[in-house]
Amino acid sequence: MTRPSPESLAQRAAAQRSAPPAATSAQSAPVAATGAQSLVKSLEALGVEVVFGIPGGAILPAYDPLFDSKLRHILVRHEQGGGHAATGYAQATGKVGVCMATSGPGATNLVTPIADAYMDSVPLVAITGQVARPSIGTDAFQEADIQGITLPITKHNFLVQSPDDLPRVLAEAFHLAATGRPGPVLVDIPKDVLQAQTTFSWPPALDLPGYRPTLHPHGKQIREAARLIMAAKRPVLYVGGGVIKAQATDALLELAELTGISVVTTLMARGAFPDSHAQHVGMPGMHGTVSAVYALQRSDLLITLGARFDDRVTGKLDSFAPDAQVIHADIDPAEIGKNRHADVPIVGDVKHVLEELIAALKAEAHPPREEWWAQLNDLRTRYPLGWEEPEDGTLAPQYVIKRLGEIAGPDAVYVAGVGQHQMWASQFISYEKPATWLNSGGLGTMGYAVPAAMGAKVARPDAVVWAIDGDGCFQMTNQELATCALEGIPIKVAVINNGNLGMVRQWQTLFYDSRYSNTDLGTHKHRIPDFVKLAEALGCIGMRCESAEDVDKTIEAAMAINDAPVVIDFVVGKDAMVWPMVAAGTSNDEIQFARGVRPTFDEDDL
Amino acid sequence: MSKHTLSVLVENKPGVLARVAGLFSRRGFNIDSLAVGETEHPEVSRITVVVNADEQPLEQVTKQLNKLVNVLKIVELEPATAVQRELLLVKVRADRPVRSQVLETVELFRAKVVDVAPDALTIEATGTAEKLDALLRDLEPYGIKEMVQSGLVAIGRGSRSITANPALRLAA
Repeated sequence: MTRPSPESLAQRAAAQRSAPPAATSAQSAPVAATGAQSLVKSLEALGVEVVFGIPGGAILPAYDPLFDSKLRHILVRHEQGGGHAATGYAQATGKVGVCMATSGPGATNLVTPIADAYMDSVPLVAITGQVARPSIGTDAFQEADIQGITLPITKHNFLVQSPDDLPRVLAEAFHLAATGRPGPVLVDIPKDVLQAQTTFSWPPALDLPGYRPTLHPHGKQIREAARLIMAAKRPVLYVGGGVIKAQATDALLELAELTGISVVTTLMARGAFPDSHAQHVGMPGMHGTVSAVYALQRSDLLITLGARFDDRVTGKLDSFAPDAQVIHADIDPAEIGKNRHADVPIVGDVKHVLEELIAALKAEAHPPREEWWAQLNDLRTRYPLGWEEPEDGTLAPQYVIKRLGEIAGPDAVYVAGVGQHQMWASQFISYEKPATWLNSGGLGTMGYAVPAAMGAKVARPDAVVWAIDGDGCFQMTNQELATCALEGIPIKVAVINNGNLGMVRQWQTLFYDSRYSNTDLGTHKHRIPDFVKLAEALGCIGMRCESAEDVDKTIEAAMAINDAPVVIDFVVGKDAMVWPMVAAGTSNDEIQFARGVRPTFDEDDL
Repeated sequence: MSKHTLSVLVENKPGVLARVAGLFSRRGFNIDSLAVGETEHPEVSRITVVVNADEQPLEQVTKQLNKLVNVLKIVELEPATAVQRELLLVKVRADRPVRSQVLETVELFRAKVVDVAPDALTIEATGTAEKLDALLRDLEPYGIKEMVQSGLVAIGRGSRSITANPALRLAA
């Protein structure tokens, strides 16, 4: 797996930027091309391997040279699927994911995956066709102002005004998407720009005078952070998704082992630090472990790395980690101080931050902090993750997911939808490696799993890729299984089918007096749709599992199939709930271990 | 909350104003005044924004603005160390009996009459928001038929320039 680091990309771009005009000899001699040919040649020159897309009127000129290109184009069934597939591809590799759509409805169907990628800082380039320049603003057929629509959900976007600009704009789009804090970039290209004659030459000079991400942290801040770390009695490494994006997981392990400090990994950072490691105290947040939530609440120093004090982690903000000083390292200066004041703000690539912290702390004798570890270990022992077997004899969804993780192992890639199954997949699978856990954390996009798993499998064809989906989520984007079947992308899908919109139902149980308004999907009662038949209709192998004794053999049967996508309909009980839980808007101190059960803490010890 | 004047230097490209203005509304800020124009570098535009905000949210919105790819530089101009001006055009009822009084007010505020009609005068005035408010108060009794005001523009005092080339990090 070769991931270009943000730094190497930045250096490459800086070299291009600073290249004097005389150095254009490094640039290839201009060759005549149409805008469409220039687009495809640019994508090839940028090292793009695969594009997920659907053609249509305005983008049609681009599809003609694409037909002859070595680029792989995967014809998806819905643009949303193409967008999430590009995201899954990017999340599994760290490379830029690319999706393509036509103007109007094609482009608006990309809005959800673009917003999703924006919230989770995924490097994505979306290329859309636009109506011809003279028609812009006339409410032409299939016209939508996608640049305007995506202004608040892209890192940047472009409307290409001249075919001559295409190589530069595409190079800028990829540079912006991949460097600094990664994010989605949209390139909207009018049809007549694609059809017009131009010349193609590579590489173009980037023209981004206002874009200079800070990669290297300030030495003074590192020294101050090191001083606080040495003095802290109850420090916690609060690790977010930025650590995976910066490929800083080795450095994180080194710092953690050097200092002996406890580690919590957020939903976006699962796999950034091995779950099996003795210093890992769990995932914090609304459905985090008791030990992780309390580690943050009672900490005197949060060493925050590529995390953003999201409301799902902090709970009620003014009661979050009340005694903690905060070191906050992030590549995005706007995250620092946004939700929580930082005592030591550090702007920089978290890999450099970690390396410099290691250098600053290497010579020190680190205190064992035995008292603090005794408290954390006590909580881990008394409040482990678990579940109660359903009283009605139905299959426990947690058991299915736990066994799936144990059978498929830590080298598989797990891709979740959004809801209860997502939380259980985060809790009951042991993640040991980065980029083995993909999910929609920030936007919470139901329907993410199947297309994102498809993208991950394209990126890593040798890895076993499991989509863990709910019956609600699965019905939003399962059409991409047809794409998987036809394109030879053998993903595996575990539908955790509880017949309901499970997380919404859980909230109705807890906060709406068990009034189940519009959460029964009928997938149990009427078996509509029948997921086995649906899978077969989409060219997949369908299986069903309804009892605990069949779980292992069904998973093993799916693991043995490598030439077709597999869907397993796990029919599970509808009453299982996700615990622990911090109810929305309440303090983390109000965490419930199970319904109505508050953990007890010996406050004198803390 | 207090008023802050931000000078935002941006690339002179289509759509940049929409990005800047959209960011303010998206993050929950009301813009009191906005003025845009070219600078001595034709590839750079200068947006002067006046917002009412507390210190902490202002810092957050400034950081968010800095993330916009087309934004080159942001400087807050303090009233004490900057010259701030607005332009006002106002059409005042001024028939014969009161015309001389209106002209006296114009004189007093060092404003200018830029158009004359039998029963009205159009007056141009520049100055700080306070001065223009005072002028309007004095003109009000005669009857204001129509008025239009520019956004505030501001420039720091002294010889230093916020648009000096190295500060903008423009490609040479």
